[in-house]
Amino acid sequence: MIERVWLIPALPLAAFAVNVLLGRRWMGRATGIVASVALGLSTLLALLLFAEVLGGEAARTVTLYEWIGVGDFHAPVAALVDPLSAFMVVVVTSISFLIHVYSNGYMAQDRGIHRFFSWLPLFVFFMLLLVLADNYVLMFVGWEGVGLCSYLLIGFWFERPEPYVAAKKAFVMNRIGDWGFTVGMILTFLTFGSVAFHDVFDKVGEVQATDPLTLTVIALAFFLGATGKSAQLPLHSWLPDAMEGPTPVSALIHAATMVTAGVYLVARSTPLFAAAGPALLVVGVVGAITALFAATIALVQFDIKRVMAYSTVSQLGYMFLALGVGAPVAAIFHLGTHAFFKALLFLGSGSVIHATEEQDMRRLGGLRRKLPVTFWTMLVAGGALAALPPLAGFWSKDEIVGAAFTNGYPILWGVGVLTGVLTAFYVTRALYLTFYGEPRDVHLYEHAHESPAVMTIPLVLLAAGAALAGFVGFPPEAGFVHRFLEPSVEAAGAAPHVQPDYVILAGLAAASVAAGLVGIGIGLAMYVRRRPDPVALARATGPVYRLLVNKWYVDELYDHRFVELVRAAFGASWAFDVHIIDGLVNRFGWLMALIGGELRRAQTGVVGNYALSIAAGVLLLIVVYGGYAAGVFRW
Amino acid sequence: MTSLVPLGAFIAVSAALFFIGLGGVLVRRNAVVILMCVELMLNAANLAFVAFSRRLGVLDERGSVFVVFVFVVAAAEVAVGLAIVLALYRNRPTVDVDEVTEIKG
Repeated sequence: MIERVWLIPALPLAAFAVNVLLGRRWMGRATGIVASVALGLSTLLALLLFAEVLGGEAARTVTLYEWIGVGDFHAPVAALVDPLSAFMVVVVTSISFLIHVYSNGYMAQDRGIHRFFSWLPLFVFFMLLLVLADNYVLMFVGWEGVGLCSYLLIGFWFERPEPYVAAKKAFVMNRIGDWGFTVGMILTFLTFGSVAFHDVFDKVGEVQATDPLTLTVIALAFFLGATGKSAQLPLHSWLPDAMEGPTPVSALIHAATMVTAGVYLVARSTPLFAAAGPALLVVGVVGAITALFAATIALVQFDIKRVMAYSTVSQLGYMFLALGVGAPVAAIFHLGTHAFFKALLFLGSGSVIHATEEQDMRRLGGLRRKLPVTFWTMLVAGGALAALPPLAGFWSKDEIVGAAFTNGYPILWGVGVLTGVLTAFYVTRALYLTFYGEPRDVHLYEHAHESPAVMTIPLVLLAAGAALAGFVGFPPEAGFVHRFLEPSVEAAGAAPHVQPDYVILAGLAAASVAAGLVGIGIGLAMYVRRRPDPVALARATGPVYRLLVNKWYVDELYDHRFVELVRAAFGASWAFDVHIIDGLVNRFGWLMALIGGELRRAQTGVVGNYALSIAAGVLLLIVVYGGYAAGVFRW
Repeated sequence: MTSLVPLGAFIAVSAALFFIGLGGVLVRRNAVVILMCVELMLNAANLAFVAFSRRLGVLDERGSVFVVFVFVVAAAEVAVGLAIVLALYRNRPTVDVDEVTEIKG
C-alpha cells in the first residue's frame, strides 16, 4: 500500500474531475454519491496505509515524478509516508468521508449541488497533497490549493453579499500568511540548499552552529504562514466570517482539516523550530494568547456557528501552545480528537439550522425533544470540548496543559486552565440555549424536524469518535499515539522524554477537570437558575461586554489602521495610472485627432480636385524622374 | 522598313490628344463627358504605343499587345464608370460631379 499511496489523493481528484465535467448537465445530486464513494474508498486505503505504517515501516519516500529540477533546485512530487503523515491522512479522509455523506442530506435542495461536490473533493485532494508532501514546495501547492477551495466554498452562495465578502477576506488574509510561507521556503533553499524535509532536518545542526539568526527568521516566517492558515492572532479574523459558507464546509475546512494545516506545518518542522532559538516560545505564546482571546469572544456570541468558530480558533491556539512548549505529539493528538468533536459540533449545528433555518440561539431553545439524535451527539461533542473525562478532548487537552506545566511554563499552564473554564462555560451556554428551556420562537419550534438518516448517521459515528478517540492516548504520555508519533516529530531537539510522574499528572488532570466543571457549573447557574442573570450581568459589565460582543474591535482596528492605509496606497497607484500612464496615451491620441482634424480639409469631396491632384502628382513625377534621367538634377 | 510620316509627328498628335483629354477631365463637370475625356487619354497612349511599336519593327508585338490590354481596361472602365453615373442619376437627377460631395471629410 505504501508504494501506491498516491491512490489516496487520486480518488478525490478523480471525483472532482467527473463532477466538474459532467455534474452540471447530467448528474445533479448524483455528484454527491460519486464524491462520497471516492472518499469512502480513499478512507479504506488510508486505513490500510495506516496499518502498514503501524507494522513497523519507518519513514519512506514515494516519488511519483520530478516536478521541478533546475540546477541544484529539486522539487519532486514525492510523498513522505511516516507515522505523522499516516495519522493525518487517516484523520483527513475519515472526517471528510463522513462530512461528504452528511452533505448529501444537507445540500440536497441546493441548486448548486454539483458545484459543491466538485469543490469539496478537490479540497480533500489538496489537503492530502499538503500532508503527504515530502518537501516544502509541494506542500505549498497543497497549501495554496486548500486556500483556493476554501475561498470557493466560503463564497458558495455568492448571490448574497456576505459570503462573497467573507470569501475575499479569507483569501486576502491567507495571502498575508502565504507570503510568510514563501519567504520561509526561499530562505530554506538559500540556507540549506534543498527544500526536502529530511535534507533540511539533517542539516539543522550545522546551520544552528553557523547562522542561528537565519534559522530563527525561517522558523518565524513559516509560523506567519501557519497563523494565516490556522487563524491565529493576528490573522484570525477571517475564520469567524468564513461561517457564511455552507455548514459542512465549516465543519470540514474551518474546523477539522484546513485550519490544522498550520499546526501540521509546525509539527512537521519540529526539528527546525526546536533549533530556532526563541521561535518556539513565540509559537507557544501566540497560541496561548489566541486560545484565551478567542474563548472570551465565544462567551457572548449569539450565532451558534460563530460560537463554534471562535471555539475553533481557541482550540487551534491550544495546539500551538502544545507545539510551543515542546509537546508536538500532544498537538497532533489534540488535532485528531478536535477534528472529531468539532466536526460533530458543526454538523450538529448544521442539523439544527437544517431543521429550523435559524442560527441565532436567541430564537432557538427546547429543541432536544425535536432533535434527539442531534442533541445527544452534540452533548457528547460538547463534553469532549469541555474536556470531561473520559471523552476524547479530555485526554488531549489535559496533555497539552500538563505539558505546559511539566516543561516549565507555569504561566502558559495558567492560561490553558483559565481558557478551559471559559471553554466549558461557552459550550454549556450554547447547548443550553439551543436545546433546553422553553422554545423562544414557537413557530420555528413547531416546524423543526429531525434530519434524515444520511445526516444523523455521520453524527452518530463522529460522536463515537469524539467519545472514544481519546483512548489512543491512554495512558497519558505513554499511550499508543505517543509511541506511534514520536519517531516522526522527535527527530532532533524536542524535549527529552522523561518517565512521567503520575502523581503530578494526576494533579494536573484534576486541575483540568476542575476547570471544566467550574465552567459548566457557572454556565448552568447562569442559564438554568438565572443566578446571576446573564442579561443583568451583561448590563452590569457594560463596557467589557460590548468589547467582547464586538470581538475586541479587531476588525475595526484593521479597517482603520491597515485597510485604509492600503487603500490610500492603492489610491495613489490608481491616480498614477489614470493621470500619468493613461494621461500620456490620451495626450498622444488627442494630438493625432488634432492633426487628422487639420488634414481632413484636404478631402473636399469634389471629384475635380482629386483628378487635379492626381494629374499634378503625375506631372511632378515626370518632371523629377525626367530631370534626373536627363541629368538636369543630380543625386 | 521606313515610314513616310516621322515618329515625332505621331508623338505630337498623341501628346495633343492626351492633354486635351486631361484638360477635359479637369475642366468639365458632366460625368459622361469626363468619361469620354478619359477614353481620349487612353487612346492617346494607344497611339504612342503603336507608333513606337511600328518604329521598332513590323508592328513589334511588345507594343501592340499593350494596346489590346488597354482596350480591355478601357472597356471595363467604361462599364463601371457608366454604371456609377447611372446609379448617381437615379439617386438624384444630376450628372454634375461638382454637386456630388458626399465623401467630403
